[in-house]
Amino acid sequence: MNANTLEINSGRNEEWRINLRKTLKTKERTVIPRIKMPETEPLDRIKSYVEVNSGLTEEQAITEAQRCLDCVNPTCIEGCPVNINIPGFIKSIETHNFNNAIRVLKETNALPAVCGRVCPQEIQCEASCFYQTKLKKPAIAIGHLERFAADYERISGKVHIPETEAKRDYKVAIVGSGPSGLAAAGELVKLGYQVTVFEALHEFGGVLKYGIPEFRLPNEIVNFEINNLKKLGVNFKKNFIIGKTADFDDLREEGFSAFFVGSGAGLPLFMNIPGENFIGVLSANEYLTRVNLMGANKDDYDTPVFKGKKVAVIGGGNTAMDSVRTARRLGAGKAMIIYRRSEDEMPARDEEIQHAKEEGVEFLTLNNPVEYIADKNGRVNKIMLQKMKLGEPDTSGRRRPVPIKDSEYLLKVDLVIVSIGVSPNPLIPMSLPKLETSKWKTITVDPETMQSSIPDLFAGGDIVRGGATVILAMGDGRRAAKNIHNYLLKEMQSKQASGINKID
Amino acid sequence: MAKIISKQILSEKVVQLEIEAPRIANKRKAGHFVIIKIGDKGERIPLTISQASIDMGTITVVVQAVGVTSYKLSKLEIGEEVTDVVGPLGNPTVIERMGTVLCAGGGVGIAPLLPVVEAMHYAGNRVISVLAARSKELLILENEISVFSDEVIIVTDDGSYGHKGLITEGMEMAITREKIDQVIAIGPAIMMKYASMLSRKYNIPTLASLNSIMVDGTGMCGACRVSVGGQTKFVCVDGPEFNAYDVDFDELLMRLGSYTDEEAESYKRILT
Repeated sequence: MNANTLEINSGRNEEWRINLRKTLKTKERTVIPRIKMPETEPLDRIKSYVEVNSGLTEEQAITEAQRCLDCVNPTCIEGCPVNINIPGFIKSIETHNFNNAIRVLKETNALPAVCGRVCPQEIQCEASCFYQTKLKKPAIAIGHLERFAADYERISGKVHIPETEAKRDYKVAIVGSGPSGLAAAGELVKLGYQVTVFEALHEFGGVLKYGIPEFRLPNEIVNFEINNLKKLGVNFKKNFIIGKTADFDDLREEGFSAFFVGSGAGLPLFMNIPGENFIGVLSANEYLTRVNLMGANKDDYDTPVFKGKKVAVIGGGNTAMDSVRTARRLGAGKAMIIYRRSEDEMPARDEEIQHAKEEGVEFLTLNNPVEYIADKNGRVNKIMLQKMKLGEPDTSGRRRPVPIKDSEYLLKVDLVIVSIGVSPNPLIPMSLPKLETSKWKTITVDPETMQSSIPDLFAGGDIVRGGATVILAMGDGRRAAKNIHNYLLKEMQSKQASGINKID
Repeated sequence: MAKIISKQILSEKVVQLEIEAPRIANKRKAGHFVIIKIGDKGERIPLTISQASIDMGTITVVVQAVGVTSYKLSKLEIGEEVTDVVGPLGNPTVIERMGTVLCAGGGVGIAPLLPVVEAMHYAGNRVISVLAARSKELLILENEISVFSDEVIIVTDDGSYGHKGLITEGMEMAITREKIDQVIAIGPAIMMKYASMLSRKYNIPTLASLNSIMVDGTGMCGACRVSVGGQTKFVCVDGPEFNAYDVDFDELLMRLGSYTDEEAESYKRILT
């Protein structure tokens, strides 16, 4: 067992935990069936943007928490990318101490209401749960419980304000207000730094706002977390693009001593096949941004969006599912996923795939677009698809899709959304020619410290990873924040040693 | 929020607005654009910065009321605020001493041409500006362009001012008369298409500054994509200026019409 896990789980030996374990026998706990997340009915939800998962009641949450065996060796903690003290918060729920549950969560996770909703728990903590690995039973619904605790905090108004250290005369700039930036900001403000988050768009939250639809993550939740950071003293500046509106050097002159770059993976990829620039072929980023950020689905907003009747979404990831489910909500009678491998290889979460199917989405797997065809006005009206079969595994370990010769056929569509991935946003690297980047144009960092080739510049999230999850981005932000702290402590020491006082 | 400091009506549907944006004023160069949004429910549209004053902390944009947002913007008065302004975006124009530069501007494209004319002048070039409009009333910024031009040739469709004819005819007058080292064309896509066909005939390097549909303006959405030399480029981060010979103007024209129906409908709604 990992010594770190033991340390995280040291609360297991506290009296209340010992007593709590005695209240139910192991067998009594293991016979409780896993809670099923209450959901809005598919036919109702496709008519609105209401959140599909409606959350557990207190009773449901406590019963689910009782299932947790409070293992000696909590492997779930190791399954979590940021090593949340999972038994610690679950056992707090079991004793109705929801405030403590949120306190434990917030020790390691700045945005539990977000992670409880969008983390792929089924391949992380829940996949490592004793129920799943040893008992061959459904894992504890860790994600649902995390969401419950976070929602309880928000709805009850009993917001846990973490303690902050005495104010330091050092300013830190955060580039981007997505998950990694928010996590870094939260950590740095707790350490006493003067933190300013710079956001390029007119709203804060990054991909949580423009990318993930409201039926999966309501904006209200993101705004709540941002307001909490504001209350802690974090400054937020919108419509501000570092590298354009001001350079890093300008901000250094304005007294910023360190930077965290979490500018995200904001450049959509296309397949470069004929007809891809026809009207009605757009990136998932564009489609989702128009709806989620710009309100194009609502009549009283100015931004237009194509409301296709026969919509094809190319790709099999979460963004593809978000897009196709959005298309259904915008009135598409036929909404299709077109994916070149089989369903087993799809990178999307099972929950998203299931929800999409419940909502009437069709899955055309082992199909790949080779060309788009348009009407005389240039508006796409057909896709030429090629059938595929699975060959030998590729470098990703998934079986490689191989085209089947002469299998092309035409499919009628009126809207195509390309969701085959993104590459890092080029604005920051373009503005810093000396910054070391990889061949994938991601910022190169020391994976331990998240420090880039420029000493006062740290980075994390998709601008480093290329395309990852919210939780990994947050983990990066936190880790970078700690190392920015170490970096600045050293700076302070060397300045003191040389007799220079920092005057802000 | 960015306050409107001054406003000038340039022609029937075209206004010039000076907007408070000190940081953008400080950083902007010829060729840069901003994204603006009006109201909480507004859309984001790109506008090229036509002038800026670091001392005043302002940028100037020229807008033609053709859609919902441009209409709303054109109706804002001095002291009122633009909800969101972000920039400067895009790559600046490459300004060098090249010799004689022909700057061709059509319609409201004359506004984004102004900073290029100015910068080319200060870089030591001989600048010939060719300005085109449908009629005398619709010609904008003639005086401002004249300040930085060695010569201004004006053409109007109806002959109400300058020479009667198309912009290409005005360009050809200069091209056939003297050696031109560089052409820069800014205006409606159709104008830039014909301007670059002409300059190609005479083998003069030509840049076109493209206007396209954008949402974020930072590379995130790809709404602005355009084929340049057979490759897909994003106007916002790869442009807005490209070698005009390589630009697929027909595709650009087609894509500019993407939301024509939707836009017409909401414009009608706002006017009634």
